Amino acid sequence: MTRKAVGLRAVSLLALLFLYGPILVLVAYSFNAAHLSMAWHGTTLKWYVALIHDEALLAATANSVVIAVVSTIGATVLGGLLAFGMEGMSRSRQQLLEGSLVLPLMIPEVMMGVALMLFFLLLNMPLGLTTVILGHIVFNIPLVTIMIRTRLRKLDPALREAAADLGADAWDTFRYVTFPLLRPAVWGAVLVAFTVSLDDFLVTFFTAGPGATTLPLKVYSMIKSGVTPEINALSALLVAVSMACVALSLHLQRREV
Amino acid sequence: MTADTAVRSQPSMATFSTPPVIASCSSSSSVPPTIEIQGIVRRHGAVTAVDRVSFEVRRGEFFSILGPSGAGKTSVLRMLAGFEDPDDGDVRIDGRSMLGVPPNRRPVNLVFQSYALFPHLTVKDNVAFGLKMRRVPAGQIDEEVRHALAMVKLVGKESRKPGQLSGGEQQRVALARALVNKPAVVLLDEPLAALDQQLRQAMQVELKSIQEQAGLTCVCVTHHQEEAMMMSDRIAVMHQGRMWQVGTPREVYARPCNLFVSRFLGVSNELPGRLGDRVGEDRLFHPTDSDLPPLLLRTEPTEPPGRLATLSLRPEQLRISRDRPADACPLLSGRIDKTLFAGSETKYLIRIGRESLWEARTSGSETPALTPGEHIFLHWASSDGRLFFE
Amino acid sequence: MQTRTTGSGTVSPRESCRSSWLAVPALVWMALFFLVPLGLVFAISFASRGTYGGIVWEFTTANYLDLLHPLYGKILGHSLWYATLTTACCFVLGFPLAYVIARSPARWQPALLLLVMLPFWTNFLVRTYAWMILLRHDGLINNALVSLGLVTDRLELLYTPTAVVIGLVYGYLPFMVLPLYVAVERLDPALVEAAWDLYASRWAVFSRVVVPLTMPGIVGGCVLVFIPSIGSFITPDLLGGARSMMIGNLIQHEYLVARDWPLGSAVSFVLMAVVMAAVALHYRQADRSAGPVDER
Repeated sequence: MTRKAVGLRAVSLLALLFLYGPILVLVAYSFNAAHLSMAWHGTTLKWYVALIHDEALLAATANSVVIAVVSTIGATVLGGLLAFGMEGMSRSRQQLLEGSLVLPLMIPEVMMGVALMLFFLLLNMPLGLTTVILGHIVFNIPLVTIMIRTRLRKLDPALREAAADLGADAWDTFRYVTFPLLRPAVWGAVLVAFTVSLDDFLVTFFTAGPGATTLPLKVYSMIKSGVTPEINALSALLVAVSMACVALSLHLQRREV
Repeated sequence: MTADTAVRSQPSMATFSTPPVIASCSSSSSVPPTIEIQGIVRRHGAVTAVDRVSFEVRRGEFFSILGPSGAGKTSVLRMLAGFEDPDDGDVRIDGRSMLGVPPNRRPVNLVFQSYALFPHLTVKDNVAFGLKMRRVPAGQIDEEVRHALAMVKLVGKESRKPGQLSGGEQQRVALARALVNKPAVVLLDEPLAALDQQLRQAMQVELKSIQEQAGLTCVCVTHHQEEAMMMSDRIAVMHQGRMWQVGTPREVYARPCNLFVSRFLGVSNELPGRLGDRVGEDRLFHPTDSDLPPLLLRTEPTEPPGRLATLSLRPEQLRISRDRPADACPLLSGRIDKTLFAGSETKYLIRIGRESLWEARTSGSETPALTPGEHIFLHWASSDGRLFFE
Repeated sequence: MQTRTTGSGTVSPRESCRSSWLAVPALVWMALFFLVPLGLVFAISFASRGTYGGIVWEFTTANYLDLLHPLYGKILGHSLWYATLTTACCFVLGFPLAYVIARSPARWQPALLLLVMLPFWTNFLVRTYAWMILLRHDGLINNALVSLGLVTDRLELLYTPTAVVIGLVYGYLPFMVLPLYVAVERLDPALVEAAWDLYASRWAVFSRVVVPLTMPGIVGGCVLVFIPSIGSFITPDLLGGARSMMIGNLIQHEYLVARDWPLGSAVSFVLMAVVMAAVALHYRQADRSAGPVDER
C-alpha cells in the first residue's frame, strides 16, 4: 500500500509541476531584462512600463472590459430568469432544457464562432462590439443558468415550504429565503461569466470587426508577429487578473452561509 | 428483534376484516373541534396515499398519527398545512374549510422533520420570520420572540446561525418558530426523529410540558409508537392509507381493533385457533396447533362457535412459572428458547407448541433466570387476551 | 417518506405556470443566436460556393463528398489521433492526481482541487504561449537538455505534433481530474482494502475494483478532455506546424482564408458529429451507472 501511495504521489507532484511550471516561467521571464534571449539579464519592470504606453493595448483592454461587463450583466439577468423559470416546469421539460443547455458548452468554439459570424454577415450586421457582446451572452447564459440551478437544487424544498407555512407569499419567499440563499451562486456566476468573457478568444475572433480588438485578440496578434518580452508582461498581468477573480469568487462564497 | 421474531412466527394476516373506524369525539363539551377532517382522499397516480380518513382534534389536545413509513400520515399532515390538497373530502380548521387556501393563509404552523431552519438567518430572525411576514410591528415582534425563546430555553443564543446549534437546539428553534405565531394548530412532522436516543427522551418530556404550558393544539406524525403513547392525549393508527383506530394511548394499546394495530403498538404474542362452545361465562378456544390444549377465554358471547380467530397477548400479561400452577385457567406449557437480560427486566422467548414463539418478561433480579431448554408454564387472566376474528 | 416523492411540485400549480414565463427571454435568445446560426451553417453545408466566395443556394452534397479527399481525410485522421493521445496522457497523469486528492485529509481536498483548477482559469492563449517559451529552439527545455549534456544538437520541439499534444494535455488536464476525483471520492476505501484482504495484487485491485467502480468518472473525464481537444484551434495554431493542422484550423482556413463557406460548414458538421458521438457515449455511460452509484 505505502509503496503504491509513494508512486501515486510522485506522479501527482509531477502533474502539479506540469500545471504550474509553464505559468511560473512565464511570470518570471516577464521580469527578465534581456530582450530576445532566454538568459537572465537582471530584473526589470520595463516591459510592464512599455505596456502602459501602448495605446492600442489600452484600447483593447477597454473593449474587453466593456464586452465582459455588458455580456455578464445580460447573461446573468437572462440566465438567472431562465433558472427560476425552469423551477416552474415539469420534470421532463426541465431535463430536456438541461440537456440542451449543455450543447453550447460542448460544441466546438470554432463552430460557434463561424456560425455567429455567418449569421451576422447574412443579416448584414456590421461586425463590432455589439456582435461580440451578443455572442458572449450566448455562451454565458448556460454557464449562469447551470450554476444557479445547481445551487437551487441543493436547497431543501422544505425551506420554501417553511416560508409559505410561516405566512410568506411567493414574492416574500423569493426575497427573504430563496434569493439570499442563492446569492453566493449568483455572485459566483457573475465572476465566472466575467472571466470567461474576458478570456474568450475564438467567438470574439470570428465576430469582432476591425474596431473591436479585445485583449486576447491583441495577445494573439502579438504572439503571431513574434515572441517578445512585452507579451510575457501582458500574459503575467492576465494571469494575475484571473487569479484575482478566482480569489474574489472564493471569498464571496465563503462569506455567505 | 424479539418482537419481530415473535410476530413473524405467526401466520400472516394480510387482510383486515375490521372496517376502518370513523373516529367520533365523545364530545361532552360544547366547544367545536379545532380540526375536522372529513373523508379525505389523496391519490399519487395510481396509489391512494390517503383513503377516506376522518378525525377530529379538540382544542388543547396532543393528537398523534402513528403508522409505519408509507402509511400516508405525512400526506395527512401536508394537507393540513396546505402543501397538498385532498382529491376528495374536506379539511376544516376552526370551523372554516381550508380547501384551496394556500399554506401562507392557514392558521397552522409546521415543525418540519428536517427543521427547515433558514440557514442564512439568525435564531432570532428565524423565529421572527412568521411575525414579520404578517407585518407585526417591530417592537411587538421583539417581545414575542423573546417570550418564545424563553419558552424553549434558548435565551442567549439569539444571534447564532442554525449551523452553530446542536440538533436539540435546532429542534427548539423550529418549535419556537412555529408557536410564536400562536397558530390554531402546531403540526409536528416526526419531531424527534433526527435526535439521538437520550436527547429524544428528554425532548419528549419537554415538548409535552411546553404544549401543556402554552395550551397548544398539536397534531404529530410519528412512526415511533412509544413516543406517540408517551406524549399524546389521543393516537390515530394509520396503515396503507387508512386510519384504523383512534383513541387514548391506553385504549389503543389495551384494546387494539385488529392485529395490525396490536402488533404495531407493542409485542403481540399470537396463537391462531377456532372458537368452541360456551362454558359458563367463558368460551373454549381450540388452537390450530393440535399439540396444544383448548383454552378457556372470556370473550363476547355473540360470536358463533367454529369461527377462526387469533388470540393475542401482551408480554406483561403473561406470568411464567416453573411448576404447574394449581388453578390458573388459561394455561400453556412451553420451553425457554432464549433468555435476554436487559437490566431492569429479563425477556424470554418461549416456544409454544410447534409454531409459536412468544415473548414474556420478568422484572429485574426477582426470580432466578430461567435457562434455555427449561420447561415452563405460562398463564394469564382469562379476561386479558384479545381475540381477532378473520 | 412521502415528502420526497411529492416534493415541492404540488405547492401551487398556478404559481408554477406564472414563473415558467421567466424562462422565455433566455430561450428566445438562445434560439435566435445559437440554434438559428447552427441551422444556417447546416443549410450552407449543402449549398455551393459562388465565384467570389459567396453562397449560391443550390442544393448539393458535393461539400461532404469533397471531404473524402485524402487531404481532408488526413487532417481528420490525425485530429482524432491527437485527441485520443491527449485523452490517454491526461488519464495517466490525472488518475494518480485525482486519487491522491480524494484520499488526502478532507480539509485539504478543496484547496488541492483549487490548485488543479486554478491554471484552468487563466487565459488559454497565455497558457499556450507559455509553452512556446519553453519549447522554442532556444527555449528553456532545450537549454536545460544541452547544459545537462543530454543532447548535443538542440531539438526541434515547437511546431511539431508533440508540441500540440503537450499543449492539449496541459490545457485540458483539469477536465480529467475533476470527474475522476468525484468518482474516487465516492469509492469506499473499504472496498479497496477488502480486495487486498482477498489476495488481490496491486494491479488486480486497480483493474478489477478501482476501475470498474470509477468508470463513470473515467468516461466523464475522457469525454470532457476529448471534446475540446478534437475541436481545438489555438493549440495547433500556435504550437503546431503546417503539417499538424487540426479540424478547427481547417474550418478557420476555409472560412477566412479560402473563403469557401459551404465546405467550411460541411467540415463543421463533421466535427459536430464526432463531438455528439462522444457526448452520446458519455450520457449512455452515465445512464447505465447512475443507479448503483447514487445509491450511496
